Amino acid sequence: MVAKASRAAFGEALIDLGAKDERIVTLDADLSKSTMTAKFGKTYPGRAFNLGIAESNMIGIAAGLALTGRVPFACSFACFLVGRFETIRVSVAYTQSPVKLVGTHVGVAIGEDGYTQMGLEDIACLRSLPNIPIVQPADEIETKQAIAWAVEHPGPVYLRLTRQSLEPVHREGFRFQFGRAEVLRPGTDVSILATGGTVWNALEAAKRLETEGIHAEVLNVATIKPLDEETLLRSAGKTGHVVTVEDHSVSGGLGGAVAELLSEVMPTPLRKLGVTGFGESGDQKGLYAKHGLDAAGIAASVRKFLAR
Amino acid sequence: MTKGDLGRLQDIARECRVQIIRMLTHAGSGHPGGSLSVIDILTVLYFARMRYEAKRPLWEDRDRLVLSKGHCVPAQYSCMAKAGYFPESALLTLRKLGSPLQGHPDRVALPGIEAATGSLGQGLSISVGLALGLKLAGKSSRVYCIVGDGEIQEGQVWEAAMSAPKIGAPDHHVDNLCVILDYNGIQLDDHVKKILDLEPVVDKWKAFGWPVIEIDGHDLGQIEKALDQAEALPGKPVFIVAHTVKGKGVSFMEDNPEWHGKAPTPTEAVRAIREILGLPATGGEPPAWAAPILAELTAMEKK
Repeated sequence: MVAKASRAAFGEALIDLGAKDERIVTLDADLSKSTMTAKFGKTYPGRAFNLGIAESNMIGIAAGLALTGRVPFACSFACFLVGRFETIRVSVAYTQSPVKLVGTHVGVAIGEDGYTQMGLEDIACLRSLPNIPIVQPADEIETKQAIAWAVEHPGPVYLRLTRQSLEPVHREGFRFQFGRAEVLRPGTDVSILATGGTVWNALEAAKRLETEGIHAEVLNVATIKPLDEETLLRSAGKTGHVVTVEDHSVSGGLGGAVAELLSEVMPTPLRKLGVTGFGESGDQKGLYAKHGLDAAGIAASVRKFLAR
Repeated sequence: MTKGDLGRLQDIARECRVQIIRMLTHAGSGHPGGSLSVIDILTVLYFARMRYEAKRPLWEDRDRLVLSKGHCVPAQYSCMAKAGYFPESALLTLRKLGSPLQGHPDRVALPGIEAATGSLGQGLSISVGLALGLKLAGKSSRVYCIVGDGEIQEGQVWEAAMSAPKIGAPDHHVDNLCVILDYNGIQLDDHVKKILDLEPVVDKWKAFGWPVIEIDGHDLGQIEKALDQAEALPGKPVFIVAHTVKGKGVSFMEDNPEWHGKAPTPTEAVRAIREILGLPATGGEPPAWAAPILAELTAMEKK
């Protein structure tokens, strides 16, 4: 398997799934070349709707389509999509319309375009709604299976996808399980809970720490809502130290969700890694280094955390 | 349509007006002005045009109604009770804890409601999606969306307005969609003209590609005719501008912004209902169905 952006895997999965399932349609807001649904539209004319640069209307139309038997994927950059929060809140969530919301270009990893195009608050916003699961796959194989799951899930869903290529963290034969966190690397000293584009970096950090005698357990938290409390608490109980890693604001995302869980159920020392303040233009590598989300940064934070 | 049928619809609209006043008085809050302006439109839809089965509210071949100006849902509830979706007694649970008759429409709580609305500006987009979905599914069902005049100040309405005449082309035009503007001229804070004038509203919708029909939104015959014209027009959704009077039928509520979102007291309710029924301030003979309602509100008055 090779590195691939989860948005690209999404586009491929939709074409495969669309061949078998006539219900699948796509909606875009003039970003179909970026969300990677453009090929779906070419493959299945009449099943792709480009609403122009009007995300609220796109979400509302998706809600109506879902209520009349279609399986609509409403796609845009995560910030523009979830920025229409009030429409998602009422037309999708409260109406209980099974729309598949797809936010791409998440995090500072989009790089040069800068803050206005970065999805950094989307998890925080959508976590506050009671009935929208949040899934952020870590590589191609997980993405494709998560899309297949989303098609069959009877309710609304939010899928959080990256612009950048993702190194594979799963082997052939992997089976995505909604609602389950997955131990990718067992360890005893610290639990590193990572999601999306940072999972590979967390694994690399764990390798470095291993050479220093720190045995880090790395978990891929693809389902951010609902959290797999059982698996996370088991790991936290074993290691006694938890670090969350995500390309999202440190407020309200995976780190916030884990903090809420631990503080109520099993108070455990916690370090939340993510983006503080606004994002900015720059290369992905530089931005990940600046925010401590690359392997070196994660390893440094873990060292400091365990030494205190 | 015979004159007798129009008389039947007039009777139903009158009864629904009474129920609107009654349920808002019991609830102690709500929106009488816009409920009374839209009730004639809803009466024609529910009792002369829409296909539905009240006992099978999710029947998949039903016509869909999205009341985008969701705060006026008491008017819809009055029609739904009359049509048999739920017993009339449920009207008295409006806005009360545990009631399916939520203060604003709730699709999940009350089957027959097609979408949660009341966060203004969203219903038209949903309606476009419903209309397109029905076309894609090969259904002949129609979609009716009622928007408020203050509501169309919302930007999402114009996103939807821009998209509807074009979406689905060339095979699935949403000509099964009919949008009705309840143009009563008043929004919460004041007259629409004083807050943010919509004019020229007809030209705006025409410019966005919609055929527009203008009617008196309290003339049941005109409403029926406009709905039929809309249905007969192929290839495009239709926009009906229904000129209405806020608070229609109750003199002290008519064209008065004060009655946008305030429930009547029992005393006011009795006065309003007597007017709706064409009775003098005191005395007169109410119809048999209305007598217990008047008695009930009079008893509340004395409490």
